[in-house]
Amino acid sequence: MWEYTDKVKEYFLNPRNVGEIENPDGVAEVGSLACGDALKLTFKLDENKRIKDAKFKTFGCASAIASSSALTEMIKGMTVDEALKVSNQDIAKFLGGLPDEKMHCSVMGKQALEKAIENYRGAAPLEAGAKIICECFGVTDKEIERAVRENNLLTVEDVTNYTKAGGGCGGCQDAIAQIIEKVRSEPKMDSKPKLTNLQKIRLIEDTIDREIRPSLKHDGGDIEILDIIGNRVIVAMRGACSTCKASDITLKDFVQHRLQELVSPDITVEEASK
Amino acid sequence: MKIIYLDNNATTQVAEEVLEVMTPYFRELYGNPSSMHTFGGQVGQKIRIAREQVAQLLGASPEEIIFTSCGTESDNSAIRSALLTRPDKKHIVISRVEHPAIHALCSHLGSQGYKITELPVDKNGILDLENLEKSLTSDTAIVSLMWGNNETGVIFPVEEAARLAHEKGILFHTDAVQAAGKIPINMKNNVIDMLSISGHKLHAPKGIGILYIRRGTKFSPFLIGGHQEKGRRGGTENTPSIIGLGRACELAASNIEKENTYVRRLRDKLERELIKKIPQSRVNGDIVNRLPNTTNISFEFVEGEAILLLMNELGICASSGSACTSGSLQPSHVLRAMGVPFTMAHGSIRFSLSVYNTEEEVDFIIDKMPAIIERLRGMSPFWNKAAQSCTNQ
Repeated sequence: MWEYTDKVKEYFLNPRNVGEIENPDGVAEVGSLACGDALKLTFKLDENKRIKDAKFKTFGCASAIASSSALTEMIKGMTVDEALKVSNQDIAKFLGGLPDEKMHCSVMGKQALEKAIENYRGAAPLEAGAKIICECFGVTDKEIERAVRENNLLTVEDVTNYTKAGGGCGGCQDAIAQIIEKVRSEPKMDSKPKLTNLQKIRLIEDTIDREIRPSLKHDGGDIEILDIIGNRVIVAMRGACSTCKASDITLKDFVQHRLQELVSPDITVEEASK
Repeated sequence: MKIIYLDNNATTQVAEEVLEVMTPYFRELYGNPSSMHTFGGQVGQKIRIAREQVAQLLGASPEEIIFTSCGTESDNSAIRSALLTRPDKKHIVISRVEHPAIHALCSHLGSQGYKITELPVDKNGILDLENLEKSLTSDTAIVSLMWGNNETGVIFPVEEAARLAHEKGILFHTDAVQAAGKIPINMKNNVIDMLSISGHKLHAPKGIGILYIRRGTKFSPFLIGGHQEKGRRGGTENTPSIIGLGRACELAASNIEKENTYVRRLRDKLERELIKKIPQSRVNGDIVNRLPNTTNISFEFVEGEAILLLMNELGICASSGSACTSGSLQPSHVLRAMGVPFTMAHGSIRFSLSVYNTEEEVDFIIDKMPAIIERLRGMSPFWNKAAQSCTNQ
């Protein structure tokens, strides 16, 4: 049995925005019956070019339905440029998280959104020249590259959880490993889009929650963000860390290092004066 | 909320009669059956009776029964024993629809240098014995074919298959975990060498199984330790569960007629009415050669996990062969082996009944399922298109 959050259950049992908008400004269909999930997304803009209404139809499991519904709720009121910034992580976060194996449901939402916006703009598909890597689920190299980059994926299994690629016959797993290798070896700066302040703060919080806090907790400690001023992150060490003689080292060599690596090389971490 | 449990191929409730005979062996009679004192030794007596009860259900002799911890252990013991006692032979024949206890084991053995043949099944899940015959070679150590399929209930002609294997001097094992207690099994009327049963599928507890080994069949133990089970399976006996399984087998023998009349009638009613009330639905698997308690129904253009979770809201328990529930990204290997189209495989639901189900429960499901499917189809981007193109199904 999957451990779904209450919010996933709520959005599955009482989904918002089911259906199709007539004469939509943007429309997209992604996924297929063979893959086991598919999503048709339609949206309509108001006179200020903001998304007035968005609707979905989804074939898939509970988390696919919940992710689609969450997406339609999230993008209402946004401009298309703002909507394009919604990531699959945002969808998962809106739902209070998704099981790892179900992250591909949030990726499907992100893909549908991009395609629907492309459709609205009448632009040529962004990913011309993409090559199918996973024949079983029709996943391209570009899609895999992007999932690896945006979600910081490290293993073939991660890629399968996020894109389904490699989850069928498994014949493409070597090719996926090569793509991971390629993306990981890209210069870091290139792989990081410029962040708005808000995004940076969110990313810092996220990185601490995901990458840093679990390790500290493992040793009986914890960390709290007190303030973020520009690139200065002010924190307080808690639990075992607060009395630990090595907490300075932890702060610089671990916390600051991880944040520099994953958020921005300009980040500095300071401990609030006790 | 009342639970309506139609997932008996996953596991069953322990029968009251079974629990009753088990209880004393946790506190009052906790002795070790191998002990010299009467306090322990008397438990050994009870195990002897349980072994007779199990043998009775199978038409076997008590010494042909060894107690194990589960169906998977029994399956593993059988295959590994065959390979160890025939060390010159490197070929195993199974089917494409075996339970993971056989399937995954053989994939593993395949990576250790053994050659594995997986026999195909047709669209109804039926095995072609001619294919079996052709697959047998002088290098084949063992054939293992399940008696009844856990997902579809389809019954394989294992007695005939065992004869074919024997003609070429090849050992034959069957996983009868789903078949035992549902259809008559009489080991006197066949030449099957080894057979696996799991307790929790027939109202005994989880964590107990048996392996039948025909007298005269060479056996190499899987668990090596003490002299328990005449040295064929080391480890202190799970006395409460063994005694419970004995009673469960006795009950199963007396319920086998009920399985084939009462349970079969409920299953048939459920299947008939769901197919009638829900358009574009169909049964997976042969409906003649089938266990009396199982039906596997596909509802086209909806996904199984979503169906199960809506059923769950009403307290109805069943299983699905969809990708999202199989723990992988592809639908069940059984349905794929049968060539069930993806549109159908993702929306497959297995209902498996027991003698404890009632007509009211079946009626409740018949009443509720159409709305569940309709609700999900209302959300499915494929449904309108599909419904327009084939309204006459």
